Amino acid sequence: MKFHLKVWRQKSCNAPGNLEEYDAENIPAEASFLEMLDIVNSQLTGKNIEPIQFDSDCREGICGNCSLTINGIPHGKGRGTTCQLYMRNFQDGETITIEPFRADAFPVRRDLVTNRTAFDRVMQAGGYISERSGSAPDANAVPISKVIADEAMDAAACIGCGACAAACPNGSAMLFVSAKVTHLGLLPQGKPEKNRRVLGMVRQMDEEGFGNCSNYYACEAVCPAGVPASFIGRMNREFTAASVKEMIGLNV
Amino acid sequence: MITSSSSSVRTGPCPAQLWIFSSIGKKTIVSLTGIALVLFVIGHLLGNFTIYLGPDAMNLYAEKLHSLGPILWAIRLALLATVVLHIYFTMLLWKENKAARPQKYIASDPIKTTVFARTMRLSGLIVLSFVIFHLAHFTVRVVDPSFQNMETQLDGRQVHDVYAMVVKGFSSAPVVLGYVIGLFLLTFHLSHGISSLFQTLGITNSHIRHTYELAARVLAWALFAGYTSIPIAVFVFGLGKGAAQ
Repeated sequence: MKFHLKVWRQKSCNAPGNLEEYDAENIPAEASFLEMLDIVNSQLTGKNIEPIQFDSDCREGICGNCSLTINGIPHGKGRGTTCQLYMRNFQDGETITIEPFRADAFPVRRDLVTNRTAFDRVMQAGGYISERSGSAPDANAVPISKVIADEAMDAAACIGCGACAAACPNGSAMLFVSAKVTHLGLLPQGKPEKNRRVLGMVRQMDEEGFGNCSNYYACEAVCPAGVPASFIGRMNREFTAASVKEMIGLNV
Repeated sequence: MITSSSSSVRTGPCPAQLWIFSSIGKKTIVSLTGIALVLFVIGHLLGNFTIYLGPDAMNLYAEKLHSLGPILWAIRLALLATVVLHIYFTMLLWKENKAARPQKYIASDPIKTTVFARTMRLSGLIVLSFVIFHLAHFTVRVVDPSFQNMETQLDGRQVHDVYAMVVKGFSSAPVVLGYVIGLFLLTFHLSHGISSLFQTLGITNSHIRHTYELAARVLAWALFAGYTSIPIAVFVFGLGKGAAQ
């Protein structure tokens, strides 16, 4: 297959960037989007052009490292990460625009590589549980209902890729933060820090310069893990409840 | 002397301030003031419907409202404060949202966002200008100063003839068109706003969200139908013909 690429090139964090045009030729239909870029890069190297920088790691859709906004949609159209997007989903000869994930809290490092450590700092602000280390606890020692376990699992599916914040016209990370708050807060192991967690994580999210939710639901449409936006509603009510507890002087 | 080193000294903003100016706090204030305004819009429409009961019913309703005196002014000031808070917190959110996404995508895609959601600020500002016109038109009565002197007899008392004023007000095509456009934009605003407030307040889950969205849209269009029925009844179907001399 053959494609016409428009790729965002940027030398460094503060350098200005622009779209450069490249032709991708002899691309097998079964190549993934990242493999297509590998082929283009090897062709560029032959022509003495700097290869296009992009993030990738596991290439099997579970690590959350690959990014790319393809024709204006983070991870491209269809459910799944960029590494799980195949060139057969595009028309032969199609023009494809590739941009980095855009959000003020995700500065571009180079070309299509963005710095997503803001998510790590949000996690450090409460995305953990206090659990005894050492020998593994007894399986099934803590009873958890199937309904709660399922819902927590839906939230735990979040791989922290940042597509939600990149898709949001407000650069809001609420889908990510709400997934973590829901996943840990629903289970008995995460209950002790429930209030502290939601307060800490939301405040850190605001601190990092992520925007506010306007209920556009673009986040949920692009989420490769299918995390539902109703978790944002749950986080909103948990945050307000924890804030009220804090206001009346309860320990949180 | 033993002094406690515990958290008796608090530095920085207090918890209430932290909540109000957090992302979720600001959104909550916009949604709570939004609820108050939606309730007002529903109540206002119910009052307007007295026009279908004839001149005496509407004039009596207006007279009753005005006889509330200081209570009416308290309600007016509360509504004004609600509108101010609604707009002020929206502007704070807007400023942050613009800063959070400084660079737009060159190849942009709306990704499932609705036109109602994307035009909230624009529709809100148009509704605001419509409300200001509406107040100038029927409350302060400066658009057509002849509205000031419309009086009628009601149970032997001299009262302001609201019925005749409304009929005369809606006898002009540009005014009726302006009202329909203003109300259409209000419908746009509410069809996203009403469903959003459930999400913002967290009274939601994955199953019920689509029901809220449908209900919000139905309520918004029902309000549109109710409100526009009055200028259309007057202008097109000649309701109250002869009332305005």
